[in-house]
Amino acid sequence: MKRVLTTILLILITMSVVIAEEESFITLSSTTSTDNSGLLDYLIPKFKDKTGIDVRVIAVGTGRALQLGERGDADLVLVHHKTSEVKFIENGFGIKRRDVMYNDYVIVGPKDDPANIKYLTKAVEAFKLISEHKVPFISRGDESGTHKKELELWSLAKIDIQKYSGDWYREAGAGMGATLNIANGMNAYTMTDRGTWLSFKNRDDLTLLFENDPPLFNQYGVILVNPERHEHIKYQQAKLFSDWLTSNEGQQAIAEFALENQQLFFPNAQREIATVETE
Amino acid sequence: MVFVLNDFSQAFSKAIQLIFQLDPALLEIIGLSLRVSITAVLIASLIGLPLGAALALYKFYGRGIIVALLNAFMGLPPVVVGLVVYLILSRSGPLGVLGLLFTPTAMIIAQVCLITPIIAALTRQTILDANVEYHEQLRALGAKASRMMKTLLWETRFSLMTGVFAGFGRAIAEVGAVLIVGGNINHATRVMTTAIALETRKGDIELALALGIILITISLIVTSLVMSAKHAAYQYHS
Repeated sequence: MKRVLTTILLILITMSVVIAEEESFITLSSTTSTDNSGLLDYLIPKFKDKTGIDVRVIAVGTGRALQLGERGDADLVLVHHKTSEVKFIENGFGIKRRDVMYNDYVIVGPKDDPANIKYLTKAVEAFKLISEHKVPFISRGDESGTHKKELELWSLAKIDIQKYSGDWYREAGAGMGATLNIANGMNAYTMTDRGTWLSFKNRDDLTLLFENDPPLFNQYGVILVNPERHEHIKYQQAKLFSDWLTSNEGQQAIAEFALENQQLFFPNAQREIATVETE
Repeated sequence: MVFVLNDFSQAFSKAIQLIFQLDPALLEIIGLSLRVSITAVLIASLIGLPLGAALALYKFYGRGIIVALLNAFMGLPPVVVGLVVYLILSRSGPLGVLGLLFTPTAMIIAQVCLITPIIAALTRQTILDANVEYHEQLRALGAKASRMMKTLLWETRFSLMTGVFAGFGRAIAEVGAVLIVGGNINHATRVMTTAIALETRKGDIELALALGIILITISLIVTSLVMSAKHAAYQYHS
């Protein structure tokens, strides 16, 4: 039995050594909207060419992405929910938040548009009509940035959405793509970021019904994980990436990225609106 | 029904296309899947085979509880195993200093936890059955329990393969645990099952299904290779 345990230990140690010797990399926890759209696949090789540092991406919801940072499992986070981000910094988990870019949400639904939201100009009105017609609406329901944004819009529309949970309002508890798959299957409405929508292929009867209203804009911020809390954090390298994202070069690369000839992310790092600095 | 058939035929042609293109990204994913699951099966066998045999042959206090636990653990939900391994390997967890989270090693550890109970429980049953058959013979030769364990493990080696295969099948097909502890990082920890889950999320059902077909094919190839080796060895011995 001792011999068996020794063998296992040896295998584990060898494997961890092999992994430790790999090229230099940092771990970024980010959201599915930046990863599934292909933005990070577009940006990271450019950064790697310049610095030799690879960026490994864990694509999860904003809530989980921040938690990975809090536990020290990521070196920096790129997320989109200001309130959670500020809380993350106030709790001492992160430092140096910077605005990077924004994208926007759209409302998609069945082609025949039973709630008649197609010609509206205000997102809040669209949410009101959906609730008046009691047409199925699929929510992410996963505490992600998108989910939190959607909840803000329901409350702006003065609708107590929890009352309808399980009725016409369905909480999927899933990522954006999975939620779109459900919306497709149930002929329902849902709110999605434009990037995931454009790269989503299983649309069938789903179509874009509402877009271009400022409350649907969505700010992304990059935050470095506080190295004072976790000494293994690759702070210097992570800072290089954060610097690059907000530099002219990084900002230009973000603007260049397009899907089906549409620009998805709009760089706005220079506008230092309400940046939280702890240093 | 017509639509479903259409989906499948499209996925099949996509799968064949992917295989013949020898797409490097696909090869990388297949390679990692096999590396992780085969390593996990080897380690789980090193633990599970002697453990199962010992539970069949040695009598000791608390054996019943261990056997019951082992049988229950055969059906461990992968997501729960993933979560527990994640908490242990996380930088804030007890083994955080090793820096193993989001590496193939973490995925191997999670899969070992999942499949060791399967291999151990099936080994125990096989050895119990064999012991009925050989017990008198071995005792007449004056064999001690440790000697009996080695002999029985060797004599039943072909039957034991069934348990090892059950373990391999579970490891290669499992997605919940490797997704949590591996993170599905492109070029680092992405395997067949997490890639399929990702493509499904992106709504690329055709690609997801094509990857699924390839996964099943690989599983089939590995299993039949070992089965034919086993068959050849069996004939050689008898």
